[in-house]
Amino acid sequence: MAITIENIQKRFGKQEVLRGIHLNFKEGTIYSILGPNGSGKTTLMKSILGLVRPDNGVIKVFENDTNFDHEYRRKISYVPQIARFPENLKVHELIDLVQKVRQEKADPTYYIQLFDIESYLQHQLKNLSGGTRQKVNLVLAFMFKTDILILDEPTSGLDPINVLRLKSEMKKMKADGKCIILTTHILQLAEEISDELVFLLEGQIKYFGTPAKLNEQTQMDTLEKSIAALLEVGPEGIKKTPNLNINSKGTHG
Amino acid sequence: MKKAAKFFHGTKPLNLSRMKFLAVVFCSIVALFAHGANIEVCPSCEIKSLRDALKVSQPFDVINIKSGVYIDHAIELTMPLTLIGEKGSVLDGGDQGEILTLHADSIIIKGLTFRNVGLSYTKDWAGISSDRVKGCRIENNTFEKTFFGIYLRKSEDCVVSGNYMDGEAEQEMTSGNGIHFWYCKNMLVENNQVLRHRDGIYFEFVKHSIVKNNLSKNNVRYGLHFMFSDNDDYLNNTFEDNGSGVAVMYSNFIKMNNNRFIENWGPSSYGLLLKEIKDGEIKGNEFYRNTTAVFGEGAMRMDISENVFTYNGWAIKLLSSCMENTVTHNDFISNSFSVFTNASRSYNSFDENFWSEYSGYDLDKDGIGDIPHLPVSLFTFIVEKCEPALLLMRSNFIGLLEIAEKAAPAITPEALVDNKPRMKPLWQ
Amino acid sequence: MGSIFKYCLFDLMRSKWAITYTLFYFVSCSALLYFSNSPSNAVASLMNIVLFITPLVSLLLGIIYFYQNRDFAELLLSQPIKRNAYFLGNYLGLSTSLVLSLLVGFGIPCIVFGTYELIEELGVLILSGVMLTLVFSGMALLLTLYNENRIKGFGYAILAWLFFAVIYDGLFLVALFWFNDYPLEKFALAATILNPMDLSRVMILLQLDLSALLGFTGASFRHFFGSYTGFFVSLGSIMLWIFVPLWALLKKGNSKDF
Repeated sequence: MAITIENIQKRFGKQEVLRGIHLNFKEGTIYSILGPNGSGKTTLMKSILGLVRPDNGVIKVFENDTNFDHEYRRKISYVPQIARFPENLKVHELIDLVQKVRQEKADPTYYIQLFDIESYLQHQLKNLSGGTRQKVNLVLAFMFKTDILILDEPTSGLDPINVLRLKSEMKKMKADGKCIILTTHILQLAEEISDELVFLLEGQIKYFGTPAKLNEQTQMDTLEKSIAALLEVGPEGIKKTPNLNINSKGTHG
Repeated sequence: MKKAAKFFHGTKPLNLSRMKFLAVVFCSIVALFAHGANIEVCPSCEIKSLRDALKVSQPFDVINIKSGVYIDHAIELTMPLTLIGEKGSVLDGGDQGEILTLHADSIIIKGLTFRNVGLSYTKDWAGISSDRVKGCRIENNTFEKTFFGIYLRKSEDCVVSGNYMDGEAEQEMTSGNGIHFWYCKNMLVENNQVLRHRDGIYFEFVKHSIVKNNLSKNNVRYGLHFMFSDNDDYLNNTFEDNGSGVAVMYSNFIKMNNNRFIENWGPSSYGLLLKEIKDGEIKGNEFYRNTTAVFGEGAMRMDISENVFTYNGWAIKLLSSCMENTVTHNDFISNSFSVFTNASRSYNSFDENFWSEYSGYDLDKDGIGDIPHLPVSLFTFIVEKCEPALLLMRSNFIGLLEIAEKAAPAITPEALVDNKPRMKPLWQ
Repeated sequence: MGSIFKYCLFDLMRSKWAITYTLFYFVSCSALLYFSNSPSNAVASLMNIVLFITPLVSLLLGIIYFYQNRDFAELLLSQPIKRNAYFLGNYLGLSTSLVLSLLVGFGIPCIVFGTYELIEELGVLILSGVMLTLVFSGMALLLTLYNENRIKGFGYAILAWLFFAVIYDGLFLVALFWFNDYPLEKFALAATILNPMDLSRVMILLQLDLSALLGFTGASFRHFFGSYTGFFVSLGSIMLWIFVPLWALLKKGNSKDF
């Protein structure tokens, strides 16, 4: 198992953001975490990365408890949702910096070419457009070829061609046996690319399973409609129908 | 009388050659008229001690004391004699008491070393003392652990010069003064070095005398101490690192010019302490790194001018009992506190000085600042009221208070002001 | 930590802030040493500059820089490095850059225009500047960690500076006068040692206003600071002021969510 999450709880002040999450992520699989704003998607991802310290629960990455060791992150690359960079660095300096911080050599050439940012390497980050920044963001994560990739809204700001490149890259990585976890608001993308969906609502898992099975359960033909159906139930309704929360322990049942 | 003395000893401090010339003439004349015999004293001679020599000597004889240590004390000189010590001649008191006492006029003592007088709590034993004599000359001798070095009583027209004295004193109670005059007049004290006594030089009821070119250093109490002594001058002396500086008390018409007061520091230490003193002159002196450079209590009509005060804690402290003093043309440079007075009004004038802390300007370029300077800072008052506040010196908070006080004086005496602060120091 | 430290250091060193700061010291120090007619006056003015500016710049520049760095903390903290390493790197980067500015901006004019007699005074001055930088840049980082709201963080920084630079001494003086009937030497010493700015100031005063500190009370202060006890107590206090905020910020940094 790439990542095991047991009973993660987190509150920010009075707000409970994660209320007892149990999840397993396997290698060679693409997971999409879905849910409305504030449902806890980013918090969940940041908990895995150790950026957010959960109040309770255990997260293990390749059987290593993330509470005790920072080295487990060597297995993980992260594409943050909003790419914030040291603005006065040049792109190639940033690429160097991340390698130095990680104390790990990487070869970004392939991804630099793939996302076509070679001509920006000497540019300062503050002069880059949103899309280019996102590409840099992707290069920074992909270049380490880690076993686990966590991508928060990876397509934001990308033009269709680069979205295509990203998708095919993710599929390749999956074929290489990597565990890919992403969040996205683009449901077509989630439906197309993910093997498993995690649907979060108010800090709890409302659905965990394949897209097809969700459609089947909600008797809808697209993921979009299924999600809509899930949401139409409304927060109170969901609490009354815990049977929807079927496969929260993982596996496809 | 004073004039005569001055003429005789030379009035110009730097004209040493003339002094020496006069001295030589004087000696020659004495020798000419005296026809004294020469008596030799040495350990292997026929006459083995000074005491034996005195038994055979006639007035105006010259006693040559050869190298050797002669242990004896309470030797009385009762006729005019010249004692000349050869190099290495030592009169050792064996810690038993006074070594030489002069009872006759015109005695000359040169080149001897006086040692180990011993300590007495009841008697002021000295290396050389005198009682009612005239015209003695004590020159180029060395005094080591002599309790009191030279103690002259009711004597006149004596010269004490070129002596080196080290009393090795550590405490006031167990030490004597280097050069001590009591009821004397027309004395000259010059070119002596007085170290480690209670007071380096002490004058009590001494009139018309001159102290010049001496170095008084490391003395337990005062470098120089005047009590009830009028019309004296002390010029060109250096007073350095004495327990509590220099004190001039209950004396009138004293001239204190061109002296250096250096590093006299300690809890109640002053460069120069003025107490109940009138009509004196303090001119051209240098005060450097004294805790308080000049402290005045009951000082009247003093002319304090052309002095340089640098790096002192307090440059001038004048208590309210000080009146009609004029402090002019002095340079106040980098003192922690320039002036303090506890008087709410000013009875003294402070014009035309240079103050390194002065922040005014001189638009008309006449060398005089266009706005008056208030040399008494608020912080001086704070520290006077509460000494530990010293630790707040130069802090921002005190700075703010000072600015407020300058804008609207509430505590500092407005009248104590230099209306013509100089833009440049007098001495460069 | 090394890489974060190096990054912060070089980042800061080529920023316009650091250059302005260095130039400011360079110009004021050169001018004071060159134009002042009495060297001790120059040192006194330099002391005011060091005591006034060093903590203020450490705090403000620190606040600005750490808030700016806060933005991409996520990027760096998601890498396999320790949080302590990250924050220590930030702290050391900032303080080293500020110290270098101080050393260059002060050191060169001191070497060029300073005289040999001033070597001790200037040495103590620079040492105080270094200490104050270490104390107040740590405080800046701590403030940014505790305050997500930047305006608030800025406000607290200014307040902290005002407190140490002015308010503290005001309260100190009031206390001295309030309890004037009691022996206050020990209290005054403690109060001085407990404020890093006061402590630095007194350390320089001991060089500068030697004579004034030779009065009865002054002598006891001088004696204290000259003694081993005084030295170690002072050093201990400065160390506390450096390491307590550092410890607090590492603790906060470890538990903080990004």
